[in-house]
Amino acid sequence: MRKILFIIQKEFLQISRNRAMLPIIFAVPLIQLVILVHAATFEIKNIDIAVVDNDLSMMSNKLTDKFNHSAFFQLRNIVSDVNEAKRQLEMNEVEVFINIPANFEKKMIAQQKVEISVVVDAVNSRNAGLISGYIKEIIENYNKEIFVSLVSDITQNKKPAKILTNKSYWYNTQLNYKNFMVPGILVILVTLIGVFLSAMNIVREKEIGTIEQLNVTPLGKFQFIIGKLVPFMVIGLLEFSIGLLIGKFAFQIPIVGSLFLLYGVLIIFLFTLLAVGFLISTLNNTQQQALLVAYFFMMLFLLMSGLFTPIDSIPEWARILNKINPVAYFLKINRMIILKGSVLTDIFKDVMSLFVLGIIILNLAVFRYKKTV
Amino acid sequence: MIMPDSTLLNFDSNIIQVKNLVKKFGHFTANDNLTFHVEKGEIFGFLGANGAGKTTAIRQLCGLLAPTSGQATVAGIDIFKNPEKVKERIGYMSQRFSLYDDLTVWENLRFYGGIYGLSNKIIKDRADYFINKLGMGKSRNTLLRDIPLGWKQKLAFSAALLHHPNIVFMDEPTGGVDPVTRRQFWEMIYQTAEEGITIFVTTHYMDEAEYCNRISIMVDGRIVALDTPKALVKKLKARNINEVFIMLARKE
Repeated sequence: MRKILFIIQKEFLQISRNRAMLPIIFAVPLIQLVILVHAATFEIKNIDIAVVDNDLSMMSNKLTDKFNHSAFFQLRNIVSDVNEAKRQLEMNEVEVFINIPANFEKKMIAQQKVEISVVVDAVNSRNAGLISGYIKEIIENYNKEIFVSLVSDITQNKKPAKILTNKSYWYNTQLNYKNFMVPGILVILVTLIGVFLSAMNIVREKEIGTIEQLNVTPLGKFQFIIGKLVPFMVIGLLEFSIGLLIGKFAFQIPIVGSLFLLYGVLIIFLFTLLAVGFLISTLNNTQQQALLVAYFFMMLFLLMSGLFTPIDSIPEWARILNKINPVAYFLKINRMIILKGSVLTDIFKDVMSLFVLGIIILNLAVFRYKKTV
Repeated sequence: MIMPDSTLLNFDSNIIQVKNLVKKFGHFTANDNLTFHVEKGEIFGFLGANGAGKTTAIRQLCGLLAPTSGQATVAGIDIFKNPEKVKERIGYMSQRFSLYDDLTVWENLRFYGGIYGLSNKIIKDRADYFINKLGMGKSRNTLLRDIPLGWKQKLAFSAALLHHPNIVFMDEPTGGVDPVTRRQFWEMIYQTAEEGITIFVTTHYMDEAEYCNRISIMVDGRIVALDTPKALVKKLKARNINEVFIMLARKE
């Protein structure tokens, strides 16, 4: 046990003297947090839209106005020829156009069914989904208003059957993307630092030759790895804490769940992550090799984690692959605790899986670290 | 093989006992049937051209490399059965620099003392002893990267002695060191041997070979000669060890 303390002491001294590493460990991630949260937004604003108005009535005008006043849309053109709208879509002048048919007003007053076609540029399919969602929302709102005014105009009994979509968003009531992104980006930052620092660490001792000197001492393999793990664990915890504080005070992220639980899971996550790094470190002989391998796993972990894509829409085989992705577990747990206030029983299965995964990888790393070649 | 008749006698005082030690890397035989012993408290020189297999032999005796076949004990412990146990009783100084450049003199010694499980007081006492002995009192808190190579090597030797090992293995300890420092270094080696610590040293420098009690000369993975430097010079009717070495290395 005492031997471990000496390794921890040595690692902290070395980290504190590394002038290139210190800013990377603390400043860069924080800058990234501030930048990424603002830049990596899923919201789309100022969508360029064209309206083909074949009716040119008061009602069609009112609908067009709705788009004009929406923060999401930027009304570029009102045209009367659908081919002109198509051309604009093709030339990327607009991202979407709607086509209001002739006799729109007449049919609405007669309470007949009217179809408005919406054409969206779906090169970016997720954007397209969002755009059509926004449009549907606006048209439904418009429909409701018209209906109310018509009903009050005419008779109360002629109420046509109508299906209303009733949406309610829980846990993130304003659909604030920052609430969603900050916990996610925190996970990325901790992952980056954790995997890179640990992957580079043991391999560095191989490069400068000190590993041989350590291998000739009676220092145990577990003592060695644990002694290396603790300092980076502390750095990871610090880093996460600073990020969380920024999230709380700069972005007003509500932290609903128990901090105690959050940190408990964070420790298990960091432990798993560092074990991955050390495994990479023991498998490679130069820092370049280790860096490339670490980079590969990092991309895989992050892209599959559900940060950028909804995890439920990825194929079955990839979901199985995610069972060995520590980032996927923690991303999910992290958001659940922070935004939803989940308690241990809600996340128990994921926490256990993460823990078992960590134990397995750590043992692999210890096994792969050979004092005798 | 050129050997004195009494080579394999005197078992009890032998701190290293090696019999038919073989190390193969694939089809390449790096150590071919090494048989020798080292007596307690002696300075044992291991000579040979680059690639002759010296480092491979030393690494096996230190438990850094698993031998292919044969028998060997170091400080009474079987290196086949218990390489980790061997490590408690030996010190090792490799040809590569083995201290941390970004730690100070004192921090390096404290770290190595710590991982050998020494108590804080012993670490402090022994570190002070070595720092004073080397006359490095002023450099105690200097980062190692700011210290000249010769001093670093002496410090590395001290670090290898910190836990009072029975035997110290040194793999080309004076490579790249100036002649004056080399001389001082050998004085340290003599002092250490006088304290009863066995020295096992590999070198390229033939003048250093003459400082050893006994030397073995390796050529292509085999030991071709083993005796005191004087006896080898006499037997081969050479003028000095340099000539002995060239004669043996060429003959093969």
